[in-house]
Amino acid sequence: MVQLRLFARFREELGVDSEQLESDDIRCVEDLLSRLRQRGGDWSRLLAEDQRIMMAVNQEMANPQTPLQAGDEIALFPPVTGG
Amino acid sequence: MYFIRVDSEPFDPNHEVDLLRGEDPAIGAVVSFIGLMRDLNEGDRVDTMFLEHYPGMTENALEQIVKLAFERWQLQGCRVVHRVGELKPTDPIVLVAVASAHRKEAFQACEFIIDYLKTQAPFWKKEATENGERWVDARDSDDEAIRQWFQGDNEH
Repeated sequence: MVQLRLFARFREELGVDSEQLESDDIRCVEDLLSRLRQRGGDWSRLLAEDQRIMMAVNQEMANPQTPLQAGDEIALFPPVTGG
Repeated sequence: MYFIRVDSEPFDPNHEVDLLRGEDPAIGAVVSFIGLMRDLNEGDRVDTMFLEHYPGMTENALEQIVKLAFERWQLQGCRVVHRVGELKPTDPIVLVAVASAHRKEAFQACEFIIDYLKTQAPFWKKEATENGERWVDARDSDDEAIRQWFQGDNEH
């Protein structure tokens, strides 16, 4: 299992703060993204390939190629706007 | 020495700068940046703003940014304070204060830290305006600002 966390606009529009996912066929962040896109609706719209998505694995900035293993925490969020 | 705080309570930037200066006689220059909440954005009046963050990662990201600055410049100290939660116009959002022996290092490190923070620290602003609530969009100019600091790094 991996832990998915969503922030800001993603959390709000998808109505999900966090969830556990089976990780058997998930080797990297891109695998997770494509699985989430297959849910269709807001998931495929917000996480579409032409969208700007930032991601973190275990609270470190990551990219689609970052490898994943069971127990990891993956966060997806829109570009940050602090400061 | 550096200090980082993410806080839902208002803070006093002047007090934070005093704490940074302390009694260290090696400090010859302090440069501080204070980001403030404006009451106007994209042509709409903004009444309040909510700052969301990613607890745990936010502090780690800020620490990494500050450590990078310490690697690049000779610094005596640094203090970064960032508000989260609900803010009102005129509230300080962020303070980046840097101390060094001479001004050039402090100026550059301060600008680097705020530029980096803008694109890499997990904070998100949501505005409550006269026309309803909306998430603030990231600016391309912020991406360009941070890119400039790393230009040339790949050539070595």
